[in-house]
Amino acid sequence: MASESVRLRTGGAVARRQLASRASRYLFLGATVLGVSILVFLAYDTIDSGASRLSLDFLTNYPSRFAEKAGLRPAMFGTFWLMLITLFSSIPIAIGTAIWIEEFAPRNRLLTIVKVNLANLAGVPSIIYGILGLTIFVRFSGMDRSLLAGGFTLALMIIPMTVIASQEAIRQVPPSLRDGALALGATRWQAVRHNVLPNAIPGIMTGTILAISRAIGETAALLMIGGFTFIRFDPGPNLADFADPAGFWAGLQESFTIIPIQIYAWSIDSRREFQANASAAIIVLMTGVMALNLLAAVIRERFRRG
Amino acid sequence: MTVADPGNMNEALKKRQFSRPGESVILFVLTLCAAVSLVTTVLIVTVLVSESATFFEEVSFKEFFLETEWQPLFEPISFGIWELVSGTLLVTFWALVFAVPLGLATAVYLSEYAHPNTRKVLKPILEALAGVPTVVYAYFALTFVTQDLLRPTFGADEVNVFNALSASIMLAVMILPTIASISEDAMANVPRDLREAAYGLGATRLEVTIRVVFPAALSGIIAAILLAIARVVGETMIVAIAAGSTPQLTVNPFEGVQTMTGFMLQVGLGDAARGTVDYQALFAVGMMLFLITLAFNVAAHFFVRRYREEYE
Amino acid sequence: MIAKEARGPRSTRFCALAVVLLLALAALAVVACDDSGEGGEIDIDGSSTVYPITAAVAEDFDAVAGDVLVNVGFSGTGGGFEAFCAGETHISDASRPIRQDEVDACAENGIDDVLEIEVGLDALTLMVHPDNDFADCLTVEQLHEIFRTDGATNWSDVDAGFPDQSISLYFPGTDSGTFDFFVETIIKDVDEAANHRGDGTASEDDNVLAQGIGGDRDSIGYFGFAYFQDAGQSLKAVSVDAGEGCVAPSFDSALDGSYPLSRPLFIYTRESFLAEHPENPVLRFVEFYLDNAAALVAEVGYVSLPADTLQAQVDKIEPYLP
Repeated sequence: MASESVRLRTGGAVARRQLASRASRYLFLGATVLGVSILVFLAYDTIDSGASRLSLDFLTNYPSRFAEKAGLRPAMFGTFWLMLITLFSSIPIAIGTAIWIEEFAPRNRLLTIVKVNLANLAGVPSIIYGILGLTIFVRFSGMDRSLLAGGFTLALMIIPMTVIASQEAIRQVPPSLRDGALALGATRWQAVRHNVLPNAIPGIMTGTILAISRAIGETAALLMIGGFTFIRFDPGPNLADFADPAGFWAGLQESFTIIPIQIYAWSIDSRREFQANASAAIIVLMTGVMALNLLAAVIRERFRRG
Repeated sequence: MTVADPGNMNEALKKRQFSRPGESVILFVLTLCAAVSLVTTVLIVTVLVSESATFFEEVSFKEFFLETEWQPLFEPISFGIWELVSGTLLVTFWALVFAVPLGLATAVYLSEYAHPNTRKVLKPILEALAGVPTVVYAYFALTFVTQDLLRPTFGADEVNVFNALSASIMLAVMILPTIASISEDAMANVPRDLREAAYGLGATRLEVTIRVVFPAALSGIIAAILLAIARVVGETMIVAIAAGSTPQLTVNPFEGVQTMTGFMLQVGLGDAARGTVDYQALFAVGMMLFLITLAFNVAAHFFVRRYREEYE
Repeated sequence: MIAKEARGPRSTRFCALAVVLLLALAALAVVACDDSGEGGEIDIDGSSTVYPITAAVAEDFDAVAGDVLVNVGFSGTGGGFEAFCAGETHISDASRPIRQDEVDACAENGIDDVLEIEVGLDALTLMVHPDNDFADCLTVEQLHEIFRTDGATNWSDVDAGFPDQSISLYFPGTDSGTFDFFVETIIKDVDEAANHRGDGTASEDDNVLAQGIGGDRDSIGYFGFAYFQDAGQSLKAVSVDAGEGCVAPSFDSALDGSYPLSRPLFIYTRESFLAEHPENPVLRFVEFYLDNAAALVAEVGYVSLPADTLQAQVDKIEPYLP
């Protein structure tokens, strides 16, 4: 029987079990494919309904009562300035917190509290941050429904996840780098600043970019803050304001709208023509989100250690 | 002294601390940064508690927790939280019904069956699903799921324009990556020896998966589900847009309901006068939401630590 | 001095620099295109019924006065007045006249020069699903029965000839002037002690209501005429019988008053805003509003004011015009 390939003939129960196992592979594969294909389908459906509306006009027009004329311009300005404010308010604090936790904090109860607190904050629903922002920034601090209030609120929201990502990045840096510097007589900060941080930067950047891509799509919190749905100007400072700090500051305090809020407004509009606008806006938003995610992935790959 | 032991490092350093002027300033600044997160939590709790306290001066605990009608604006005014909680529960239940089997199956496939190259391709696609803004899902729930999926299938009479099921389906899509990726992580962490031993005893791959890997990764799977629940409970846009704004106690997923988050958004968008009881209801409901999601997140982290500890 | 190697791979510094440069470039590009705002900012909020008119005016106003920043919200007539009296808005849209307690609230904040300007007429429209063939005309009493607390649950309760299906209700929230007007004419006028029921879908957003009614065969709801116009075939209007026979909502029936549920639409502002000097964005906006009211109100779907009423409004702002 040497010419026969060795195939164990199994009977009854064993055969059934093996069949079940082989069949199950396809079951699980099917489930996975289903999940993936939902994404593909959503993308296709969006492009299908929104592509017709997508044009340079769409990007440069203001909202209008006419669906063909309604555009995303103020929303793009708003998203841009909001992200800028969020970035500048959250990054220093997040990196500082991560450095404190990993390098400087005494290993005591306080540190545990801070770490546990961060983990909890990361899971707080965004609408609660919206309430927080509404009460503290809009009302109490008198910032009103401005870009500043929105930016600070989003900053608070993304700080926990950025800290956690930065912590990871710092921890990935081989301890030998830090220890070596210390052994050579560097102060703690010098060791961190010149040895640890530069190597942690890629990881920190990745974490930051992912946090921003999360913030870009945030809607509920900013609706609570008071983002408008019908704005006919460009939120934020303009070119002249770069030379004029007072004007710049005033620009940051303007009312605003953002791309997700426009999507919201157009989605619920009972006039069906506006759905194409919602789809087109989704295409714009998703392009931005995917570009950011891609950037983060590229950075992660380029600097992957071993 | 182990190289990566900051505790001993601290001790060692204290004995010969080289420091330059300004280092203490830097330390101070860093500590301030860390304090921000603490202050955030303090602020959240303060805002919620103080405004809820004002609310509960007007509305008794008994009414809030025992009444079933939630009617803050129309006569007869009633502040029973159960209709909102029931809306949240209904939507969460159906989301889990769809997401848990699908998510676990995906996790199983990626961890036990897939070729490493397939995994490399599929995983990022799954992660991409996690990055989609929820307002996009909300739009789909209202347009595609209700109009093109549910109504043709079940009849336009049966399915309300605003219904819980469409929201649940998109919520399931939203948490699918979470469940899949955390469960897959937990399964991947199960030591190979356990699997090898089972194979050695003649088990099929399916049997290894179900009888060995699953139970071993159970803590992680539970953590994944708990985290997913927390996210669904806290999600606003999908339910606000697609599930409707009718608070009611119902188990029919084809009807519209209002969730806690949906109500909160409605108030935030300006439906109630500031300073009045219906406005403060926002904070009372917010407090409930905060506590519920906190409970689930804490429980999830507990299970995550458990599964990490077991195989570290 | 820390060794050069320890400063981190050169590529990291490169990348960081590149990102910063990119951001700066983007910022520059963005703001270079920006053309708005030294003329002042006008914040408007209030009625979702009046919102389409004000938004249309704002849109056209932008073409002639691009230096003024206008933003329009729609949190409801009540919410609008609240913000107005708190000094947060310049103009308040309203689908009902301001109430005395709201005037008092304004006065408490030092706002005692509130000016009312009528901009158009609305025929508050009751709507049902287009396939509804039995509720063509309802009397005020029947409407009262449908919308009062503990009122009819099934259509057959309203009229024995109607189907025995449970009624789904869609109506604006309590912050809405539309709601207030409806309560006044349909609920309170029939029975002073009755209240508007709450067991239905309440939303300040008329789009939500339109979508709801259009999707539900046993539904009935109400909101401004313009939204009905927009809905086209997807909604059907109900004629109302106030004792003089069935009258359908239309431009004409609203104008001549034969439609029982016609009401004026307003914007409110402050005389001090109109009198501002030298920048007077609010005055320019209100003037533009009245100049274009006839056309825009009709385009949006409401009823333009008769000529003499419109002139009376223009007379109100006359003293402030240059």
